[in-house]
Amino acid sequence: MADVMADIEREIRENKILVYMKGTPSFPMCGFSAATVDVLREIGVPFKAVDVLAEPEKREAIKVYSNWPTIPQVYVAGKFIGGCDIVRQMHERGELAPLLKQAAGG
Amino acid sequence: MTMVDPEDIRRSIEAALPGARATVVDTTGGGDHFDVAVAAPHFAGKNLVEQHQMVYAALRSLMPRIHALAIRTEASEGAR
Repeated sequence: MADVMADIEREIRENKILVYMKGTPSFPMCGFSAATVDVLREIGVPFKAVDVLAEPEKREAIKVYSNWPTIPQVYVAGKFIGGCDIVRQMHERGELAPLLKQAAGG
Repeated sequence: MTMVDPEDIRRSIEAALPGARATVVDTTGGGDHFDVAVAAPHFAGKNLVEQHQMVYAALRSLMPRIHALAIRTEASEGAR
């Protein structure tokens, strides 16, 4: 678990926009993961995706890391910003694009 | 896995967050996919992550039986 946590911390530190999801952006394996990727693509920022189905040890570890029981999980500039519902809600409010563009550009 | 009754979800949320009003929809009729909308005075001053964490905490004992949960939260007036 310690190694996985260190791996997660490194990924979050090294990737300005990071999503832990089920499946890949091209082949999402869950509707919530697919919807989250759709929002990120609509905003048009580059992001890194980690497939927790391909790395099953991360599937549980990431839930512990963020105290968040579901996947997908989106991290921006080192901070957990939410899952699918929050990402969609922030996007509806127009709050997500500025946050992501600032992170991608900074 | 037994089905989860939407009423159990509503009661769990409203018990954990006094003054909250929760609306729960079983989206497939299968008792494991739900849409939950919660308005609670406790949400005031909390960000969305914190608000959703409060809902998840209220549903901790039910979560293993829930396959998909969509959550929408808003702060409501405390005085009623």
